Amino acid sequence: MSFLLDCPNCGPRDVNEFSCAGEVTVRPKESPTLRELTSYIYFRRNVAGVQREWWYHRQGCEVWFQAERDTRTNEVLRTEIVEPSSRAGTPGPEAVATPDAPAV
Amino acid sequence: MRLPARPGERLNRDREVTFTYDGNAVRAFEGDTIGSALYASGQRIFSRSFKYHRPRGLLCCSGSCPNCMMTVDGVPNVRVCAEPVRENAVVRPQNVWGSLERDALVVTDKLGGPFTPVGFYYRTMIRPRWAWPLYEKFLRSVAGLGKLDKHGTRANRYDVEHRRARVLVIGGGRAGREAAQQHAVAGMQVVLVDEGFVDPLEGVEVVAPGRALGIWEGGLVPVDAGRVLYRFRAEKIVVATGTIEQPLVFPGNDLVGVMLPDGVRRLIEDWGIKPAEKAVVVTVDEAGREAAASLREAGVEIAGVYDLRRERVREIVARGRGGVLRSVEVDGRKLSCDLLVMSGGRQPAYSLLSQAGARVEYDPGRGVFIPTDIPEGIEAVGSVAGEGLAGAVPAASYNGASGKGKCFVCVCEDVTDKDLKRAIAEGFDSIELAKRYTTVTMGPCQGRLCHVPSIRLYARENEKDEATIGTTTARPPWAPVTLGLLAGRPHEPAQRTAIHHRHKELGAKMMWTGTWRRPHSYGDPEGEAQSVHASVGVIDVSTLGKMIVRGPDSAQFLERLYPNRFGDMKPMRIRYGVLNSDAGRIMDDGTIARLDDETFYVTTTSTGAGAVLEWFEWWNAVWGMDVEIVNVTGGLAAVNVAGPRAREVMRKLTDIDLSNEGLAYLDAREAQIAGVPSLILRIGFVGELGYELHFPSPYGEHVWNEILDAGEEFGIRPFGLEPQRILRLEKMHILVGQDTDSESNVLEANMPWIAKLDKDDFVGKWSLEQVQERGLQDLLVGFEMEDGKVPLEGAQVVLEGTRPIGRITSSRWSPELRKAIGMAWVPAAIAEEGKSFLVTVDGGFERATVRLRPFFDPDGEKLRS
Ligand SMILES: [Zn+2]
Repeated sequence: MSFLLDCPNCGPRDVNEFSCAGEVTVRPKESPTLRELTSYIYFRRNVAGVQREWWYHRQGCEVWFQAERDTRTNEVLRTEIVEPSSRAGTPGPEAVATPDAPAV
Repeated sequence: MRLPARPGERLNRDREVTFTYDGNAVRAFEGDTIGSALYASGQRIFSRSFKYHRPRGLLCCSGSCPNCMMTVDGVPNVRVCAEPVRENAVVRPQNVWGSLERDALVVTDKLGGPFTPVGFYYRTMIRPRWAWPLYEKFLRSVAGLGKLDKHGTRANRYDVEHRRARVLVIGGGRAGREAAQQHAVAGMQVVLVDEGFVDPLEGVEVVAPGRALGIWEGGLVPVDAGRVLYRFRAEKIVVATGTIEQPLVFPGNDLVGVMLPDGVRRLIEDWGIKPAEKAVVVTVDEAGREAAASLREAGVEIAGVYDLRRERVREIVARGRGGVLRSVEVDGRKLSCDLLVMSGGRQPAYSLLSQAGARVEYDPGRGVFIPTDIPEGIEAVGSVAGEGLAGAVPAASYNGASGKGKCFVCVCEDVTDKDLKRAIAEGFDSIELAKRYTTVTMGPCQGRLCHVPSIRLYARENEKDEATIGTTTARPPWAPVTLGLLAGRPHEPAQRTAIHHRHKELGAKMMWTGTWRRPHSYGDPEGEAQSVHASVGVIDVSTLGKMIVRGPDSAQFLERLYPNRFGDMKPMRIRYGVLNSDAGRIMDDGTIARLDDETFYVTTTSTGAGAVLEWFEWWNAVWGMDVEIVNVTGGLAAVNVAGPRAREVMRKLTDIDLSNEGLAYLDAREAQIAGVPSLILRIGFVGELGYELHFPSPYGEHVWNEILDAGEEFGIRPFGLEPQRILRLEKMHILVGQDTDSESNVLEANMPWIAKLDKDDFVGKWSLEQVQERGLQDLLVGFEMEDGKVPLEGAQVVLEGTRPIGRITSSRWSPELRKAIGMAWVPAAIAEEGKSFLVTVDGGFERATVRLRPFFDPDGEKLRS
């Protein structure tokens, strides 16, 4: 991965400045069934197309924001800091992941 | 051998440089490359070929081909034709058994046998099976180019630099310079990169020699500048990589003395060298004629010029002795010569464009592949875009395969026309498959000199045209790059605590923990641990992650993040906390001190600080609670004073009431320590009465020194990480990441008391409930060895009958307990006080006994004293 990401605070920056927490998912509201729980924790849609993701500007302003990225081309269509009111459910990455180191 | 000085030459003849080649001194001028200086000194054989060990000499003189690869100052595979001379450089030939002039492995050229045809290793070496180890040993010894010194130490420092460019121009030829200048005049910031030597250009930053390795998404162009890898981000990329001269395919086309026109031109014009005495030129374009003119001017006799555009030639055969050119036969006419200039036309160097997404199309009129559909943000200028390329290549009129010697299509991998024909006969009818089978284009030149000839040959043999055959995919890197450069230092600075220099003065042995440098010990780990039990010790724990969580919702925020309760916590009290993911896995641990109703002071592990901050910030973004999170890790130093006499030491440093009533276990207090405003946390990771002091980093050394002075009368000793590990193991305190992994949860890690499953919700609650429902499987327990042997961390826990059932995560010799102790994951059935299991130690099995309570001070009486 070597694309640029438009941090809503800082502007376009190298993707290596960010960490990605994967696609935005919905955290179950109350005591989920085992099936609901495992699908929330382990299953992702993994689309070949535009996907909404959580990103964190680790080596910059240290703010979480969401991006719409085309997983086929790495084209980032938009980025925005999400207001709590519009936070659809709650996402849940297993752990805060580090983007793969680039080849060069 | 040198010609008189001439205008435009690269040499500074007033400055001599001396290096050694194979032990002998070679004199050169400033401006020479190692290759040009060797050539000027009379050296003609520069390497031995990959497979047949045939002698090879300078071919392109531009850093494209593999023919001049040598080992320079221990670095293998340096193309010496492009490597500037430097004083005292040590240059050695490689891929040779013996000397370049007499190489024992040249037998592979003469005998052929099973080692030479294409794909031999897929076919030949598989039978008989028992012989494979012998084959492998031999293959390994002869395969590969260059040797690495297995015991060598780091010879060079490599760095990575991130750069931006408004316009990045790749290629410093005429078109590249013009483009750079135009953009600079228009007021843009321009960087020009070139593989060779480029004169300065006003208003343009020139990076030369530097190789652009590829074009990635987001306008990323890594540039290999020798010791620095520049990762350029360019808004606009101008590709002006020009063309690459192509060789011709005929028997003996790899002999020493067969060269490309531009190589000849460089020897004469750049380095003032007369390349030969007598030359023959075979060409399909103007470049050959120009080379002939240059040679004449340099005093070289021209024995013949064959312009294939005008003359019909059926057969060309180069002949030599000992691999060195002696004569050329053209249609039976023999011309003796010591230089044969071959020019097979110029192919646009489109690889970078192709990587960036451009299409490549065959232009039958000009006989070359031309890049089209250049992607946005990239511009191709000059001859790489086909500009100025005349119809150069007539249909190959001569027979390249006359059976009079090997015709090389690819000099890197020693692939001949026969090999390619054989691959076609075996059914490799796609150029991509044939490439993988024959390895043509996969050598050091990355197809620069063999891609087009192989496609031509393929087209002819398949009776198709080049357009139908198509090209193979261009992949980065475009030029070979040393692994050292790719592994160069990134921008992740090492971290030192504010007390670092005092540790060094005290003789600390330093170690890495994440990006931190920390004292492993001060030379006596067991003694340091013992002094904590006996009297008092002090450890620098500034590396702990430290955060302030503040706001009306802060207690609720922490309640939802941690499995413990926080709402009921009184100000100035402390709780131990374990962070879980929603999958119920342990992520980190630390302490949480409530400073007032709305303010908490949270510490994390040293290496987990960054991840925990991200985790907190993320849930805060998700939940949108009224909480501010401030990372104060770097701003605050921290030390832990621990031991039965810690209170006496502390009394000398502060006025506050330190009695057990005044500051009880798990109390926090703000106070002046040695005159410095500090936060005192009464906690005990190491099992003795302990005070953890947090205070502004600039006072690190001051507070440290004051503590050591105050403790002198009690025999205080600083202790490092290793003694701390012994002490915490005696208390059975876990180390996240050491005793736990990505599958561990608090229930099975033997901390069920921490999870308040009656809380409404917390991160990880549902998964822990599932664990509880399915029942505990493997548990983290303590153990002590019956015979006192310390097993390795990672050793297996074995049931009678030698079935592995668990593993050791921590193990140490405890000098206090005079026992070998540790922690291990074992099945629930064994996880009971007093049960035993076997552990692998030194290749055998030793018995261990399960212990569920801390080995040292199990009731925490010392902690609370
Ligand atoms: Zn930012």
